[in-house]
Amino acid sequence: MVNVDGLKRTPFFDKHQEHEGKIVDFSGWALPVQYSGIIDEHQAVRQKAGLFDVTHMGELRLVGPEAEEAVNYLVTNDVSKSPIGRVIYSPMCYPHGGTVDDLLIYKFGQQDFLLVVNGANKEKDLQWVAENTADFDVQLIDESDETGLLALQGPKAEEILSPLVDTDLSQMKYYWFEDGIELAGHQVMVSRTGYTGEAGFEVYCETNDGADIWDAIMQKGEDFGLVPAGLGARDTLRFEAGLCLYGQELGEDINPLAAGLSFFVKLGKEDFIGKEALQEVKNQGPSRRLIGFEMLDRGIPRTGYPIYEPGGEDQAGEVTSGSYAPTLEKNLGMGYVPPHLTEPGTELRIEVRNRKLEAVVVEFPFYKREG
Amino acid sequence: MYPEELMYAEDHEWLRVENGIATVGITHYAQDQLGDLVFVELPHIGDEFGKDDPFGVIESVKAVSDFYMPVGGTITEVNEELLDAPEIINEDPYGEGWIIKFEITDEAELDELMDVDTYTEYLEDL
Repeated sequence: MVNVDGLKRTPFFDKHQEHEGKIVDFSGWALPVQYSGIIDEHQAVRQKAGLFDVTHMGELRLVGPEAEEAVNYLVTNDVSKSPIGRVIYSPMCYPHGGTVDDLLIYKFGQQDFLLVVNGANKEKDLQWVAENTADFDVQLIDESDETGLLALQGPKAEEILSPLVDTDLSQMKYYWFEDGIELAGHQVMVSRTGYTGEAGFEVYCETNDGADIWDAIMQKGEDFGLVPAGLGARDTLRFEAGLCLYGQELGEDINPLAAGLSFFVKLGKEDFIGKEALQEVKNQGPSRRLIGFEMLDRGIPRTGYPIYEPGGEDQAGEVTSGSYAPTLEKNLGMGYVPPHLTEPGTELRIEVRNRKLEAVVVEFPFYKREG
Repeated sequence: MYPEELMYAEDHEWLRVENGIATVGITHYAQDQLGDLVFVELPHIGDEFGKDDPFGVIESVKAVSDFYMPVGGTITEVNEELLDAPEIINEDPYGEGWIIKFEITDEAELDELMDVDTYTEYLEDL
């Protein structure tokens, strides 16, 4: 077990220990990589439900008369058209088109937005947002330390959460949220969002209320097969669902068009950071694109392994994520290759421990839930 | 969790010797630390290895690790069941989850291995 002294603890730290979670250092946070086992937890989320502590995510609030203009200048998606109560996914880019981070934006009002950013990027994002909103009439507030965040994911999530809250969750659509909901005697914000490819919710609470909320959800979930789930399952679930992970599929030198996120890049809107560079990428077509592939030979692709052209002579790219996929029971990978290698059915070679193993490009994402 | 009759190596392999043939697997501690195992790569019969040489690869959902020879030897048998079902190692590390059998080159090397008491003490210090 990792030494947890000096690591930041979430409001659910004691709960992780009660459930015998295997604690790791996750960019400075003491968080469980698994409890019973990654595959068990993965299957529970696909078939029933899992509860994840994702408090390490950062929460940055932008408020003020020009909040909407500021957000729209920072990110590639267009938040001005979205109604209040909507959650908007968006990349945030550098002037050269590379990605600062990808985030969820909660529109509380035209003058009030909450940006939920990757935990490992929080300090960088905070500085980036501060620098780039200096000319706008807005105030930037870092609410991360006061916010606990749980993700309840899986087909049973709605049945578990509904009786605990004073609102009709069946009326909440995908990527909408509601604030001021009462749960276990505390005020929370709930959104129908997640990072697993399953139905589910994310519950934002005040740090001090965290333990009560965890207990209430776990207790209600008992009859539905709810289990606590760790970072390991979170990664295999998002991987199967083809969701990008910053640091692997996205990064400073990867633009969102190459990552297949063109739907979230609105080149038609007014000026925003990276617009010119992204327009140029769009005109030229990205020089490489994100694909998914399946191993034909025995072997598991891992981050950083080289991808070769079909003949196996020239390197074509690199694996960004790879894993045994527990639901699909295959060894799968994601990575960037030039446009001529992106069609499903294209043969590739993946170098695993000095051997170039056969793989084939497949439809992406790997997994989509039914209904 | 740590059978008394086995010998143990620092890299968490266990070893059982019968008539000059060693059977090797990984310990409960190792399988627990690695988590769900999803892939193994095994050596070929007849391959020769020295002490501490990597002889195979094991992968969990999250990580890739090597197996090391607790003592030198020549492979006589590999557990092919593991190729399709590496989780057997998680379920039964000292029985069905054995990994290789080999003919020991120099039995004197066995003296450097740990008995169960020394190994469990060793684990406590990790």
